[in-house]
Amino acid sequence: MFQTDFNIILPEVVLAVYAMLALVGAVYTGKDKLAPAMTWLTAIVMVLIAAWIGFAGDGSHLAFGGMFHDDPFSRFGKVTILLSAAAVLAMSAEYMERRGLLRFEFPVLVALSVVGMMMMVSAGDLMSLYMGLELQSLALYVLASLRRESAKSTEAGLKYFVLGSLSSGLLLFGASLTYGFSGTTLFSGIIEAAGAGQAPVGLLFGLVLIASGLAFKVSAVPFHMWTPDVYEGAPTPVTAFFATAPKVAAMGLFARVLHDAFGGVVGDWQQIIAVLSVLSMFLGSIAAIGQRNIKRLMAYSSIAHMGYALMGLSAGNAFGVQAMLVYMAIYVTMNVGTFAFILSMERDGQPVVEIDALNLYARREPGKALALLVLMFSLAGVPPLVGFFGKLYVLRAAYEAGLIWLAVLGMVASVIGAFYYLRIVYYMYFGEEREEGLDGGKSPVLWAFLMGSAAIMLLGVVNLFGIEGVAQAAAATLVH
Amino acid sequence: METIILFAPLVGAIIAGFGWRIIGDKGAQWLTTGLLFLAALLSWIVFLSFDGEMYKYELFRWIQSGSLDTSWGIRVDRLTTIMLIVVTTVSSLVHLYSMGYMAHDENFKETESYRPRFFAYLSFFTFAMLMLVTSDNLVQMFFGWEGVGVASYLLIGFYYRKPSANAAAIKAFVVNRVGDFGFALGIFGIYMVTDSIQFDQVFAAAPDMGESTLSFLWNQFPTADVLCILLFIGAMGKSAQFFLHTWLPDAMEGPTPVSALIHAATMVTAGVFLVCRMSPLFEFAPYAKDMIVVIGGVTAFFAATVGLVQNDIKRVIAYSTCSQLGYMFVAAGVGVYGAAMFHLLTHAFFKAMLFLGAGSVIHGMHHEQDMRNYGGLRKKLPYTFWAMMIGTLAITGVGIPLTHIGFAGYLSKDAIIESAWAGTAGGGAFWLLVIAALFTSFYSWRLMFLTFYGTPRGDRHTHEHAHESPAVMTIPLGVLALGAVFAGMIWYAPFFGDHDRMNTFFGMPHHEEEAGHGDQEEGVSAAVEHAAEGEGEAAADALTQDTGDTEAGGAVEGEHLAAQAQPPQGAIFMASNNHVLDEAHDAPLWVKVSPFIAMVLGFVVALWFYILNPALPARVAAANRPLYLFLLNKWYFDEIYGFLFVRPAKALGGFLWKRGDGNVIDGTINGVAMGIVPFFTRLAGRAQSGYIFTYAFAMVIGIVVLITWMTLGGAQ
Repeated sequence: MFQTDFNIILPEVVLAVYAMLALVGAVYTGKDKLAPAMTWLTAIVMVLIAAWIGFAGDGSHLAFGGMFHDDPFSRFGKVTILLSAAAVLAMSAEYMERRGLLRFEFPVLVALSVVGMMMMVSAGDLMSLYMGLELQSLALYVLASLRRESAKSTEAGLKYFVLGSLSSGLLLFGASLTYGFSGTTLFSGIIEAAGAGQAPVGLLFGLVLIASGLAFKVSAVPFHMWTPDVYEGAPTPVTAFFATAPKVAAMGLFARVLHDAFGGVVGDWQQIIAVLSVLSMFLGSIAAIGQRNIKRLMAYSSIAHMGYALMGLSAGNAFGVQAMLVYMAIYVTMNVGTFAFILSMERDGQPVVEIDALNLYARREPGKALALLVLMFSLAGVPPLVGFFGKLYVLRAAYEAGLIWLAVLGMVASVIGAFYYLRIVYYMYFGEEREEGLDGGKSPVLWAFLMGSAAIMLLGVVNLFGIEGVAQAAAATLVH
Repeated sequence: METIILFAPLVGAIIAGFGWRIIGDKGAQWLTTGLLFLAALLSWIVFLSFDGEMYKYELFRWIQSGSLDTSWGIRVDRLTTIMLIVVTTVSSLVHLYSMGYMAHDENFKETESYRPRFFAYLSFFTFAMLMLVTSDNLVQMFFGWEGVGVASYLLIGFYYRKPSANAAAIKAFVVNRVGDFGFALGIFGIYMVTDSIQFDQVFAAAPDMGESTLSFLWNQFPTADVLCILLFIGAMGKSAQFFLHTWLPDAMEGPTPVSALIHAATMVTAGVFLVCRMSPLFEFAPYAKDMIVVIGGVTAFFAATVGLVQNDIKRVIAYSTCSQLGYMFVAAGVGVYGAAMFHLLTHAFFKAMLFLGAGSVIHGMHHEQDMRNYGGLRKKLPYTFWAMMIGTLAITGVGIPLTHIGFAGYLSKDAIIESAWAGTAGGGAFWLLVIAALFTSFYSWRLMFLTFYGTPRGDRHTHEHAHESPAVMTIPLGVLALGAVFAGMIWYAPFFGDHDRMNTFFGMPHHEEEAGHGDQEEGVSAAVEHAAEGEGEAAADALTQDTGDTEAGGAVEGEHLAAQAQPPQGAIFMASNNHVLDEAHDAPLWVKVSPFIAMVLGFVVALWFYILNPALPARVAAANRPLYLFLLNKWYFDEIYGFLFVRPAKALGGFLWKRGDGNVIDGTINGVAMGIVPFFTRLAGRAQSGYIFTYAFAMVIGIVVLITWMTLGGAQ
């Protein structure tokens, strides 16, 4: 019995053990001197585990009495999380080292939070849900304030921690309500208690509170307020990490709770998710227009993108989940590339975050400017780039689920949102000549990630690298 | 061979148009001209060696969609070969001529290279025109039809710095669109009825179309008539017939060689060609044919009247072209397609020559086009003078009455006038054409007298420097002069004069002659004999062609047989009840002499007005001022159209632009983008206070709202 369970959670165990061994090992040996190597090693371990999960995983299994799921859906989430985390680690190493930020805890914390995320997408019980969520969050709080001497960074960590606690409290409150009204914490038990179509009001309260807690994690409006401040304050590699893997995990958990535990009352949560989606899309698009700091801009961009992913979720069916997964995978890829560029923005060795600095960037670095142009167009959802197909997917999901108003509003929001992406392109190609342009930023790793991401945006239009089929299989296991 | 003819101009156009930087200015000119001369040479070989049997072959497949099956094909029959020689001959000569004419152009700067572009356009035009005439289906024909339209547009607006040239180009394009709309509808209709756009299938189905009806514009009409009228509307646009003629005079804004090639000899005759090509269908559309006669006759008369008073040398010739096209349509409308093609051929020679001569005058006079500033140029431009003289003799129709000896126009125009007499039983069209012939003679001689006789008028300096054009310009004039003199006499019999030779020439079956004389019994019995001998197909053919004017079942039956069997043989088709040709041959003496008399009258009046008593025209004009202004302003067509169509369209466009697009659409977008969105952006920025309690407050408010909503939603 235990042997089977253990085999199922083996990847998580391996990563957790690796993280702890690394921590202990580093503490007793070279400490920060080992940090660069550890960062790369962690990235490699993550890629290996991702490959292991991706290629060896098969079928659907339950572990620990249904508390832990291993199914195509969780594997899709895990592979995405692991790869994006590995990509962020690979991009961070050089940047953090040059600025004296690279401590050996950084890769360890990332690895631990990834364990939490893997737990989240596999959760089959409110307890395992909370365990994964907190493991992830605690690691992230620390990461946000990694730059201890910087007021902004510590402020960001503190804000994130306080608000995160509030959301955790709400989520726990919801979980206890749910437990009270259903008598179980297992998703499979909750779905029976919630019944088909009609659920006790207390259970619905629980649903709303849990959804609020998760909405905080995906930074959906109105639980988004922390996002811009934390994104701005945290060191850029950490921001890149925030913008990618945790979003996938939270979105995966969101989908799992909604379908596994509350799949019988789709009509009740559908409207909530739709409202969160619309608010996120519009606020993300509108507020980003006022931003001059590219990290804050990306924060609002991620809020808007979470709105689109929620739109897929709000369809409340398998196609909606598939659309959400495809959208998240595309979103993560685009963000990795964009942050690779942001990490390379520097002048005289100092990082630059003002978008004004991009004026006429295309004259100095035509290749990188072109890659960023592709990414910006893709983020804006301009056909024929891959980002367009992500949007098309979620819009279709909403449309086919009868939420036509949602799809229409989504399109309006995407038009508004196109403005600030295009403004970056405008600055790069048609801006005014300024003294304080960018220089440096010649890191080959960042260059490779930027170009690779842009290339995927272009080449993916052929068949989205087959991700549709995988996402479809994943969605099928979640929605019965 | 036909393939080379067809694609040589295209190759020239592409190389000259895109590769002139490599081969140079001169290279582009010589290349296009050389390829055109090659095409012309091969065309003459094809024409002279053609035996009347139609053959065709496929070049590439084009569109396969459902039952629509189109390929790029070449169909060679007599009509094609005639058009081939007309197009390639005139085009090659115009190419050569343009080398001189376009050598120095004040519309372009010294350093600009405009000549390769000009030659590329000319060659491209030639290709499109050849595509039109060699096509074996309607869609390919439409391709060529639009292609020549584009080339015409480009060449009319060649002096793109002149606003008037741009306006003229747009006008030509838009007016042609009206016609093309009809043409396209006709093609759609034919495809709908016959499920094919191949000429053979369409022609085979023609007799059926003559009997069935088609629902069009909420009413039932005979199928063939509806379709033919639609096709004819297309022809009207391209051939500048009455109502759709307004673009042709303005098209003279283009360089003069263009006017000669496109707006005199070739493109504008495409409409005539279309009617002749579709003759198997038109023969079953009596109303459509009547319409053609009326429109053609009115055009011939109208354009001739306007030509009387114009002062711009090119405009006179343009109206003359318009008028001559009317003649051709009358011939086609009464069913004597041979005469129409005959006039098309001869007209191409003498009209191209007149235009090129006019161009030579303009060139020699430093781009002065107003005839009131000419005079006495006979000595200064001797070659041009003689060329123009021959052209004038040809167009006015000088010849020896009651013989077949005369200039080209004498034979072809008289053929049309006789046909018109026979086809309309001496009706209005005949008289319109005779009067138009009088006017033609008058304005042609007026042009000659004003230009080459009398005393020099206008700028003395210009006259002193007037000079004869170089050889590249006078040689084409000489070649065309040969055609203008001899083309009529050489081809009178096969085109019109001799029914038997005509049958051979156009590849039509030979029983026509007997049937034509009303001996239809013999025809039928011959057919029956054929049938008895087991030559089913031949019998069917014989029946279609032979049954004469049988009103009874025989003819109908024969037509049915034909419908099932084969399309009619021959390049043109004259229905069994069409005897206009033979009746025209038997026209009374006074009919045959009437155009000659009209011509002489016109000449005498012109002589009196412009040589003997030069003060007279002004007095006549003053005495009949309203009439004079009416003619000078081209019957006020431009003004009427401007009022009826242009101004309302501009008003509508202006409304949609300023109110619809400017105020509503731009206003909404601007309002949202520059007012509402920034407002919310500022609002969102202010909400992002940076204080944790604000953020927590927002979360709590959010939860309260969601729970309230859920509770209320759950309570329902």
